[in-house]
Amino acid sequence: MRKANIIRKSILYLILILLSVVCLLPFYWMLRSSLMDVSQIFVMPPIWFPHPIKFSNYKEALSILPFGRYFLNTFYIVAFVVSGTIITSSLCAYSFARIRWKGRDFVFGILMTALMLPYAVTLIPTFIGWHALGFYGTYVPLTVPAWFGGGVFNIFLLRQFFLTIPKELDEAALVDGASHFTIYSRIIIPLSKPALIVVGLFSFINTWNDFLGPLVYLDNENKYTLSLGIMQFQGMYSAQWQYMMAASTVVVLPTVLIFLIGQNYFIEGIALTGLKG
Amino acid sequence: MSTASPALDVKNRIKRSKSEKKNLAAGILFAMPVLLGFLIFVIGPMVASAYFSLTDYSIASTPKFVGFGNYKRLFSNEDPFFYKSLGVTTYYVFFSVPAQIIFALIMALLLNKEIKGRPIFRTIFYLPTIVPGVASAAIWIWLMDPDLGLLNQILSMLGLPGSKWIFSETTVIPALVLMSLWTTGGTMIIFLAGLQGIPRQLYEAIEVDGGNGWHKFWYITMPMITPTLFFNLIMGLIGGFQVFTQAYIMTSGGPNNASLFYVYYLYREAFSNFRMGSACAIAWVLFIIIAVLTFIVFKTSNKWVYYEGGGNK
Repeated sequence: MRKANIIRKSILYLILILLSVVCLLPFYWMLRSSLMDVSQIFVMPPIWFPHPIKFSNYKEALSILPFGRYFLNTFYIVAFVVSGTIITSSLCAYSFARIRWKGRDFVFGILMTALMLPYAVTLIPTFIGWHALGFYGTYVPLTVPAWFGGGVFNIFLLRQFFLTIPKELDEAALVDGASHFTIYSRIIIPLSKPALIVVGLFSFINTWNDFLGPLVYLDNENKYTLSLGIMQFQGMYSAQWQYMMAASTVVVLPTVLIFLIGQNYFIEGIALTGLKG
Repeated sequence: MSTASPALDVKNRIKRSKSEKKNLAAGILFAMPVLLGFLIFVIGPMVASAYFSLTDYSIASTPKFVGFGNYKRLFSNEDPFFYKSLGVTTYYVFFSVPAQIIFALIMALLLNKEIKGRPIFRTIFYLPTIVPGVASAAIWIWLMDPDLGLLNQILSMLGLPGSKWIFSETTVIPALVLMSLWTTGGTMIIFLAGLQGIPRQLYEAIEVDGGNGWHKFWYITMPMITPTLFFNLIMGLIGGFQVFTQAYIMTSGGPNNASLFYVYYLYREAFSNFRMGSACAIAWVLFIIIAVLTFIVFKTSNKWVYYEGGGNK
C-alpha cells in the first residue's frame, strides 16, 4: 500500500516536472538563442548551452532600432493607462458597491454585458471617431479611454472586493458627517490595496503587451511601442535569430519580472474573476 | 410601524426621499467615468458601426449609403475571403477551445492533489500567458522553423518525422492550436480556484460510502466544477473568435489563406483595402455569431451546469 502510494506520487511529480519543462522550454530557447553566435545557432543537432556566451548580441540588436525610445514610449502609455484605470475604476466600483442608488444594479448589469462584447466590433468606428477628431497618430486613443472607468472588468473586480468590507465602517463615518468622497479616500481605498494592486498589475501587463492598439493608431516610427518595434524588427531581420531573440528577451523581461514580484496578487485576482462569474 | 403618528411618518418619508436623492446624485457622480465611457466607447461605436456597415466608406471620402450591399457582398460569396475566414476561424475554435479547456483542467487537477511546491508549479504554468503576443509569436516562429527549429529537432531525436508546422496549408491551424496550449495558464488558475472551493465533506461522504477516486471525480468534482467550466467555455469562445496577432505576425493569413482568421480579415479589409463600411459589416456579423453562441451556451447551461442551492443565480 505504502509502496503503491510512493510510486503514484512519483508519477505525479514526474508529470508536473515534465509539464513545467514544456512551459519553460520556449523561454529557455529564446534566452539561449539570444546569447549565441550565429555559427552555433545553425548547428545540428542543436547546442543546448551557448559557448562562448555572446552578450554583444543584445548591444547589436538594440542599436539596430531605437529600442530605448520605444521603451520610453511604451512606459509613457503604460503610466497613463495604469493611473487612469486605478483612479476611475475604483471610483466607479465605489458607486456600485457602497452607495445605494435607484437603478444601480440594473445599470451595473447592463455595463457587465460589455464584457462579452468583442473588441473587433467597436474597433473600426472608434478608429473613425479618433481619426475625425484629429487624434490619429497620437497617444490619445491609446490612453484616454482608460480614464473612463478603466474597463468594466476592473470595476467588477474592485466591486467584488469592496463588497467584502464591513458596511458599518461607512455608516459610522456617515453619521459623523463624512462625505462619500471622504469614505472612499479614507476608508475604502486604504483597505483595498491588494485589489488595487491586482488591477494595476493587470492593466500594466495588458497595456505593455498591447499590439493591435498601437498598430492601428500609430503611424510615426518615433512614437512606436516595443510591440511595434519587435514587429518591425521581424520584417527586417527575419533570419537573424540571435538578434530577434535578444530583442524579444528585452520585451519579455519586464513583464516576467513584474509578474514574479506580484505573482500572489495575480493568482488571487484571476481566481476572484472566475468565482461568482 | 403602523403605530407611528402620521406626521412623523411623512417627516421620515421626506427625509428618506431627500437622502435617496442625495444617494442617487452621489452614485451617478462616482459612476460617471464608466457611464460616459460606456456611451462614448460602446454604445456610440455600436450605433456608428451599424450605420457605417450600410455605407460605402473609405476614411478619405464621405460615407455613401448602400443599404445591405455590404452584407449581400459577403454572403453571396462575391468576396471569397469571407467564407474562407469564417471556416478557418470555426475550425480553430472547434479544436482549440476544447483542447485548452481539457488541458487546463488536467493541469488544475494535478495541482489540486496534495503536493509540495504547488505555488512554484502554478507560477511556471501561468508564466507563458504574460508574454507579449508579438514576442511569443517570434519565439514560436523560431521553434517551428521546419529546418532548424527546436520542435523538428526534438522529433528527429525521437526518430519521428518532422512537420512543416505553420508553413504548410494543412498543418498551420493544428500548429496554432498546439501553440495556444502554451498559454492556458489563466484558464488553469480559474479551474484551480473552482476545485479548491469544493467542500472536503463531499469527498469524505463518498469515501464513507466506499467510492473510489473515479467516483469522486465523476460524482463530485465534475458537477461542482461545471460553473467554472461554463465561465471558461464562454471566455474561450469569445477569445477564440478574435485571434489576431498570430495571423498578423506569424502567417499573414497564409499559406494560401489557410490561417485567414476572421479578425485579421476584418483588419485587412479596413486598413489595407480601406473599406470601412464593409469592415463594419464584417464586425457586426462577428458580433451576432458570438452573441448567438453565448446565448446557446447560456440556454443549455441549466441542463449541465450545477448551481449550488439549486437556485437560478
